[in-house]
Amino acid sequence: MTTASQIVLLLVVLTDFAVLGTTRMRTCIRAVAVQGFLLGTLPVLLASQLSVHAVGLAVGTVAVKAVALPWFLAWAIREASVRREVEPLVGYIASLLLGAAALALSFAIAAHLPLPALKEPLIVPVSLATLIIGLLVLVTRRKAITQVLGYLMLENGIYLFGLTQTERVPFLLEIGVLLDVFVAVFIMGIVVFHINREFDSLDSARLAELKD
Amino acid sequence: MTPGAFASLAALLLVAPALPGIATKTKSVLTGRRGAPVLQLYYDLWKLVRKGVVYSTTTTWVFRVGPVVVLGSLLVAALFLPLDGRAAPAHFAGDLVAFAAALALGRFALVLAGLDTGSSFEGMGASREVTVATFAEPALFLCFIALVLATGDLSLSGMLGAPLAAAWPHAGASLTLVGISLFVLLLAECSRVPIDDPATHLELTMIHEVIVLDHSGPDLALILYGSALKLALFGALVVEVFVPRAALAAPVAVVVLVAGLGAVAAGVGVVESIMARLRLDRVPQLLVGASALALVGIILLLR
Repeated sequence: MTTASQIVLLLVVLTDFAVLGTTRMRTCIRAVAVQGFLLGTLPVLLASQLSVHAVGLAVGTVAVKAVALPWFLAWAIREASVRREVEPLVGYIASLLLGAAALALSFAIAAHLPLPALKEPLIVPVSLATLIIGLLVLVTRRKAITQVLGYLMLENGIYLFGLTQTERVPFLLEIGVLLDVFVAVFIMGIVVFHINREFDSLDSARLAELKD
Repeated sequence: MTPGAFASLAALLLVAPALPGIATKTKSVLTGRRGAPVLQLYYDLWKLVRKGVVYSTTTTWVFRVGPVVVLGSLLVAALFLPLDGRAAPAHFAGDLVAFAAALALGRFALVLAGLDTGSSFEGMGASREVTVATFAEPALFLCFIALVLATGDLSLSGMLGAPLAAAWPHAGASLTLVGISLFVLLLAECSRVPIDDPATHLELTMIHEVIVLDHSGPDLALILYGSALKLALFGALVVEVFVPRAALAAPVAVVVLVAGLGAVAAGVGVVESIMARLRLDRVPQLLVGASALALVGIILLLR
């Protein structure tokens, strides 16, 4: 059966591809925001009954991943007034094909993982795919901001994988992870801002020139 | 041919010229203009049919045959589509390749006719048209492969007919992806906005329009009707993927098809109003994206 959670997971995959395929940084940030929102709805959709735990996690996730972080990244772009194009090291078409390959790979891996029976079997391959694609974005995009986006997607993949264990992991731990990510991105944003002020560019390749 | 199949084919051929009109009208309304009447293309066709033909002295029989082959191949392709939601007038295992081949033949004839004029503009348009096709065709086949996997049937009549309705509950996600991918393909194949601009008047930026610059009179009418029919064919593909009509009575199925075509044309108009045309080197990216969508659909089915 096609359930609401399956559709949400599918949309998560589509946002992965959207980040790989778009040329504009702002669109990338929006795609990651949408992904954050979709991830936020999942705990509620997956919960067997509506608990405070699930709703709290959903609200926290949406607030951090869909509102606070995207807003902050958009602010960093505006303040640093960087060029709006993504500037990939690997072309967009190659990225899309690599993304498709990553998806196929994650389905293959998920089929062989010795996991206990899950309520939503699609969640494991999607989490692996998001993780790999996040890594791809992290590695193949030149700008520091897009690397932060890649890190966020990587974390989204881990979060998705954590959802398979959502009944067992304590609420505080999940909120703690969320807070960690928030702080990490906040620091990255400030670092990005300062990189830009020092070098007049967010090109991370130029950081290699730092020598004593 | 059953009466239902005949009626739906007749309906498709009849409403086809209205679809570009609906798209243009939607675009006009959304951008605050009044726009041309929806039936404009019918008037244009009627006007062109009554006119004489002018042939450039550099052209050969290739140029004259072009428009006829374009329309003929599209009519053949239409025969393979189960327009009434049950069975097409012609069907056999593997007719999806024949469908794609008929479309490719039409494009080949159009491109040859363009090249035959010896005009550099039309040569440029021909090269662009073929470039777009190179990326669109794999996506079309990936969509078909996903449909074959979902329904287990190798003919278009099977994979868009009754087995499709049975496949929706367990393969809905993949079929949605295939439908979206087919809609992007429609935009590419029928030269609509993010890929090509049908309203453009600058030869340098045209893709499809520039190839037909030298056609006139009834020849141009054939080509214009062919373009409208191609839009209707791809629209029908999208409608059939999203709305399996095998369980509906034959007259209702025809009405649903026509309504669906209108909705697809309006959707094209909406896309044209909210999107700018893509730079030419970004077009392959969009089409590879469409292929990736279909590929995700296939992966979901193979799991």
